Parts: sequence; structure tokens; C-alpha cells
Amino acid sequence: MEILNLEGTEDTPKIILDKKNGIFEISGRSLPEDSAEFYRPVLEWIEAYGSESNPSTDFVFKLEYFNTASSKLILDVLSALEDIKGMKILWYFHEDDEDMEEAGQEFSELVEIPFEFKTY
Amino acid sequence: MNFIYDLHRTMMSQKLILVYQGDFTQESTKSILSMAERNLDSSGEESSIKRKVFNVMVEALQNIVKHSDELVDGQIRSHAAIFLIGKEANRYSIMSGNPVQKTNVPKLQKNLEQINGLDKDGLKELYKEIIKNTTISEKGGAGLGFVDMARKSGGKLEFEFPEMNAEYCFFCLKVNVPRDNE
Repeated sequence: MEILNLEGTEDTPKIILDKKNGIFEISGRSLPEDSAEFYRPVLEWIEAYGSESNPSTDFVFKLEYFNTASSKLILDVLSALEDIKGMKILWYFHEDDEDMEEAGQEFSELVEIPFEFKTY
Repeated sequence: MNFIYDLHRTMMSQKLILVYQGDFTQESTKSILSMAERNLDSSGEESSIKRKVFNVMVEALQNIVKHSDELVDGQIRSHAAIFLIGKEANRYSIMSGNPVQKTNVPKLQKNLEQINGLDKDGLKELYKEIIKNTTISEKGGAGLGFVDMARKSGGKLEFEFPEMNAEYCFFCLKVNVPRDNE
């Protein structure tokens, strides 16, 4: 599978989806002008990955900030990951960022995937 | 040119640290955010408060970009809106003003009143309800902005709709973020 690699910018997150090396990570800031457009390739990549996924996948979210339009798309990403076997979400939040911790907890209540919470 | 001094005095007395008026785009949003961020950083504000202010700012600015109605007055078409940040000893206030067509006001008002009628848990439930069922609108919004602002603020959203003319009102919104972190 091709690697999806997007450099982070001041309003879009850094994204690496690399099946071969087992790296699945969305990090940084997400407040794009058009969140649906921005996340479309991510959702397409995950859909393709679903049919040839690794035995286990640790999918990392290490977000500093995301806007509400992105939160809907993050839920779409999580929903797409939900059906993949061996999926686990590693939800990182800054140690004093209660809002990001709570956001992760809310997402974990909305999808049936195990979440592991980690601070950085 | 006394208006310059008057404007300056108004900004001082209202404790405004940032005022932007003009066209709002994603590009101007990014510039305003980075200016405000530098200001908050240099004042040594606590990071949790900084994050909440940033959060409310993004939603308020993107609301203007996505929803401010174009004002058509004869030959003049304008997207002009205003965005302000106030800083007092005990709180930041994130304020915005933009034209909305009168026909859009009742729905907006109802939405804001519903949010103001909810407590912390009620807002959380509403947020989860919307995010589960919403689809991204043509304008690119998820319908979650006001709920998120209310959650980050921990207080009520203040709003007014002064009349501009027969067709438009000016939607004024004020969201406070307390500085004394519980």
C-alpha cells in the first residue's frame, strides 16, 4: 500500500499512514477551511487498508487542537477504523489539557474501539 | 482626526487587546489567530486558558467566514464583519459582529437560547447528539460551534441583534473565558 504522508501546517495536521512500517498517526492542529475535503484522502486510505490490514494496528491521535468541523471528521475516521480487526486507538493529550482528554473520552464513548490514553 | 483618539480611548476603556474589521477568510483567520497567540504567549497566560481562548476564537472566526451574510445595499456588496478580544483581570471576552438577514435571526436566536438553557452535562449530551447525527454542511460547518464555545466558556453566550435596516440585523456575540482557573 502506498504511504499517505501529509506535512502539518498551521491549520492542518501532520498525517502519516504507513502500513509497512506500522505507523498510523494524526498529530498537530486541525482547523482546515474545508474539513471534509481535507480528510477525504485519509478516509479513502483507511477504507483501502481495511481490506488488507495488519494483524494489529495502533492508531495514534496526538492533536494539539481541532475545531468542531474537524471533530466530525475525526469521528468519521474513528468510525472507519471501527470495523478493522486488531484496532487500538492511542489518544495522546498534553498533561494539563483536560479538554483534549475529555474529547478523547467522548470519542471513545461514540465508537466501539479500545482507547488507550497517554500524556505527552 | 479626533476619531482616532476616540477609538483609541474606547479600546482602552473597553480593555480591548485586538480589533479586526474587514473581510473574513481562512487566511485572515490564521493571521488573527497567530497575532492573538503571540499576545497570549507574551503575557505569560496559563496554557489551559490560552487553549480555551484559542478554541473559542477559531469557532467565532470560522462562523463569520462561513455564515456571515453578504450585505447588499443598492450597489454596495460587503462581507464586512468585526472581531474583538477583550482582556480584563478576571476574564477574556471573545466578541464578534456580523450582518445576518432578518429571516435567519429567529432560528439563530432559538439555537443560542437552547444552548444557554443547558448545564455542563446537558451541553455534553447535545454535543454528542449533534456529532453523531450531523453531516458537514455545504458551508463546511458541523453545527457544533456554539455548543463548543459554551462548553469552553463555562458561561452563557451573550448575544444581541440590533437592527441595521429593513433586511438585516447585526449579530453581536460575546463569549467569556474566565482567567481564574477554578
